[in-house]
Amino acid sequence: MRGNLFSSAWTRLRPLLPGLPALGFLMIFFLLPVGEILVNSLKVGDGGWGFEHYERLAALPAYARVLGTTFAISLTVAALSIVIAYPMAFLLSHMSVRRRMRWTIWLMVPFWTSYLVKTFAWILLLSRTGALGQLATALSDGTFYLGLIPSLSGVLIGMVHALVPLAVITMLPIMQGISAQLSGAAQTLGAGRSGAFLTVFLPLSLPGVWAAGLLVFITTLGFFIVPALLGTPKETMIAQLIISVILETFNMPFAGALSAVLLIATVLVFIAYDRAVGLSSIGGMESSRSGSSRGASSGLLMRATIRMGALLDRMANRVPNAIGSWSGSVLTGYAALLALLLVLPTLIVVPISITNSAALTFPPQGFSLRWYEAFITSPIWQAALIRSLLVGLSTALIGVTMGLGAALMLTRLNGRVSNAVFSFLVAPLILPRIIVAVGLFYLLGRLGLVGTEAGLVIGHVVLALPYVVVTLAAALKRYDWRLEDAAMILGAGAFTRMRTVMLPLLAPSAAAAFLLAFLTSFDDLTIAIFVSGGLSTTLPKQMWDDMVLQVNPTLAAVSTSLLLLVTAAVFLLSSFRRDR
Amino acid sequence: MGHWLNMQAKLSTKGLTKKYGAVVALEPTDIEVKKGELLTLLGPSGSGKTTLLQMVAGLVQPSGGKILYDGKDGTHLPPGKRGIGMVFQSYALFPHMSVKDNVAYPMRMRKTLAGEIDREVDRALAMVQMQHLAQRMPRELSGGQQQRVALARCFVYRPEIILLDEPLGALDKNLREHMQMEIRRLHRELGGTFIYVTHDQDEALTLSDRICLMNEARVEQIGTPAEMYHTPKSRFAASFLGHSNLLTGNVHVDANGSPSLAWAGSCLPLPPGGATAHSATLMVRPESISLVSPESGFLRGRITEVVFHGSDLKVLVDIQGGQNIVVRAPSESPAARLNDTVGVRWSPARSVLLTQ
Repeated sequence: MRGNLFSSAWTRLRPLLPGLPALGFLMIFFLLPVGEILVNSLKVGDGGWGFEHYERLAALPAYARVLGTTFAISLTVAALSIVIAYPMAFLLSHMSVRRRMRWTIWLMVPFWTSYLVKTFAWILLLSRTGALGQLATALSDGTFYLGLIPSLSGVLIGMVHALVPLAVITMLPIMQGISAQLSGAAQTLGAGRSGAFLTVFLPLSLPGVWAAGLLVFITTLGFFIVPALLGTPKETMIAQLIISVILETFNMPFAGALSAVLLIATVLVFIAYDRAVGLSSIGGMESSRSGSSRGASSGLLMRATIRMGALLDRMANRVPNAIGSWSGSVLTGYAALLALLLVLPTLIVVPISITNSAALTFPPQGFSLRWYEAFITSPIWQAALIRSLLVGLSTALIGVTMGLGAALMLTRLNGRVSNAVFSFLVAPLILPRIIVAVGLFYLLGRLGLVGTEAGLVIGHVVLALPYVVVTLAAALKRYDWRLEDAAMILGAGAFTRMRTVMLPLLAPSAAAAFLLAFLTSFDDLTIAIFVSGGLSTTLPKQMWDDMVLQVNPTLAAVSTSLLLLVTAAVFLLSSFRRDR
Repeated sequence: MGHWLNMQAKLSTKGLTKKYGAVVALEPTDIEVKKGELLTLLGPSGSGKTTLLQMVAGLVQPSGGKILYDGKDGTHLPPGKRGIGMVFQSYALFPHMSVKDNVAYPMRMRKTLAGEIDREVDRALAMVQMQHLAQRMPRELSGGQQQRVALARCFVYRPEIILLDEPLGALDKNLREHMQMEIRRLHRELGGTFIYVTHDQDEALTLSDRICLMNEARVEQIGTPAEMYHTPKSRFAASFLGHSNLLTGNVHVDANGSPSLAWAGSCLPLPPGGATAHSATLMVRPESISLVSPESGFLRGRITEVVFHGSDLKVLVDIQGGQNIVVRAPSESPAARLNDTVGVRWSPARSVLLTQ
């Protein structure tokens, strides 16, 4: 009897085993530290509990101002990114698969390019001695000086440029899920092209718009690179404050309180979002609720939309050419321009890196590879590069192993539980990274892992797991499970099935996941800023230190190298996708 | 007659049942499959035929009952140890392996020697005329070719029982008919025991030694195609296999003691044999009916539709009050003209009285 009971529990639990390492890992190195932030922020000096840190936060208007600035900037960036990204996503969603793949590369290169490289490029372009400034001075015979940074507009340019690819990528799956037949149906029912767009496509795409807005907003909340390098002190954001409180005043509980405020704000935004739109719209799952489209389909708003569509269509009909091709080419032109704007600014690092002079001047003076030589031969850069590569590879290896187990487990859980576990596994991607970093800093400090490669790998696996799980879970969703049945009947045992059928078929996705995990680690500054101390710096950390101290052409050489690496990685990734 | 003298059944189920929560996918079922026969499991979707097949394959665990292979209980054996092969609905070919590697897969799983693998794979591919495409990948093949590879992969290791789960469902009509002939040929040449799931009655009639008709999670009737066609046991069996006129009414016994069925205001003669139930259905196949003069018919009515079908005509006769009788008449039949008033009659021996 007892044996039976045990064995039936075992049969039920056994399929879940492969996911347990990933779940356990995230419990310890994600859930625990983030929870600890909340708890520790309530501890006061004498070992008791209280709101002392929050009171201090509230008492000083400077902190409130930083919070206000952070939210204002994040909202602005989210709104601008959506508006700029929407037409691009619309165009991509109407392309053939092959064509979309080609266009997506132009989004993925800037998406995966390090924020540090992108921000460095904007410094080179926008500062008073930068490329645009020089150009303006030259054109106006020295009467006009253009210095766009440091300023709020510099911050906004840098952030929107950095996040438009994220917005497009988030909106795209929802838009692709909208059947092209629906717009056609609307047109046979009497709507014009614009009318069909406004009454059918736009409302159906809104969940994607909200999802993109949410992700951009939350990512921006945790930004510190862009405001620190492109902004004035007036644009100080909360992540900068947290970093300086920890690294300069060592006031951990107060930093905890700041992080907790950020965390609570994030969670509130999520709850509000879930109420309004439904969290499932993130990541291309079809939205269970679409409150917004419900709103639009009833009453006044609907009538206004229809009226507006009819008006637009009448205007469009006055344009003599076939309206379809005309609006199509305008859209293509816009998307091409946007792709150029996303890719080109970053390329400024290339000419600067092969200049001969030590000053960052434009146009470049003379040709020389001395900065590459400086990069390669400097023991500091060398050590940083090797450490980044090692940590990246370890992260990818551990991340893919644990992530594959977790993805397998997800397929064996029933819908509701599977969704909850999936949300937990991707949570590190959705919280501002700075919160994860601060929490880990507490925990790793106690474990004596700060300043070690092991500490870095732990932190990076937390960040990389969501990418791995998303990639592999999608691959397993497409996986034809009857192949397993077929192999089973043909005589293959569980291990043989895995070796001969599942793994070979998942190999391209596993390679993609590996690459994504590697890039996540290789690119990370937030964890590195806390966890890699003293001599043991990583490449991004070394770049950051140099940029804060004094920008120099070696940085351009490093940036160019990183740009090449990311481009190669993106092309490699897209070739994996094509194989399928 | 004398079933008990026969050899043991190749496969049999005893009270085999499957429940998903409160939903019964298969009521307790006993069937016997004889060695070397081709049995089709025929029925509409949701009738339990695929569930039954998957339990025989070992892909679905039964909620109760037993499955015997050669008389031995194999209910809980892993799929690979049941001596079965299976052809899947959309083939389930491994997309990352060539045709040859797909077919060699079960041989490799059985640790066959390399030379023998090559020989057996060639033999299996030759049986389905696919040797020339051995190096192709599955995605480079047409649907019919993929189907042949799936068959070869199933036959190559000579399983004694072969399960086919609607294997021709994805093919177009001509190819499907061609492949049906291929499967008949393979069944003859291999001499294995085939269990074939389909929802297509023509396919079942074409292929089967016996048909197991299923409906609402249970077996409705088992028999040879001729038995099923000529002596269905229920209204469902009569209407699912072939076209039939089902005339439901009350059975009366007249003064002489001969029974008849009251239908549409007429008394229809019944086939020989006892008519016990009060209410019953008389089944008459359209081809058993002839068109006669109005006076000499069991029933009379007006022709409302004449459809040319090549070898014969389909004639709709409106009896009265919207009741229709379908008649198949020879193409050159002069009697069938639209709006003519005609009589219909049949040999009572060729009708079947159904009480279920």
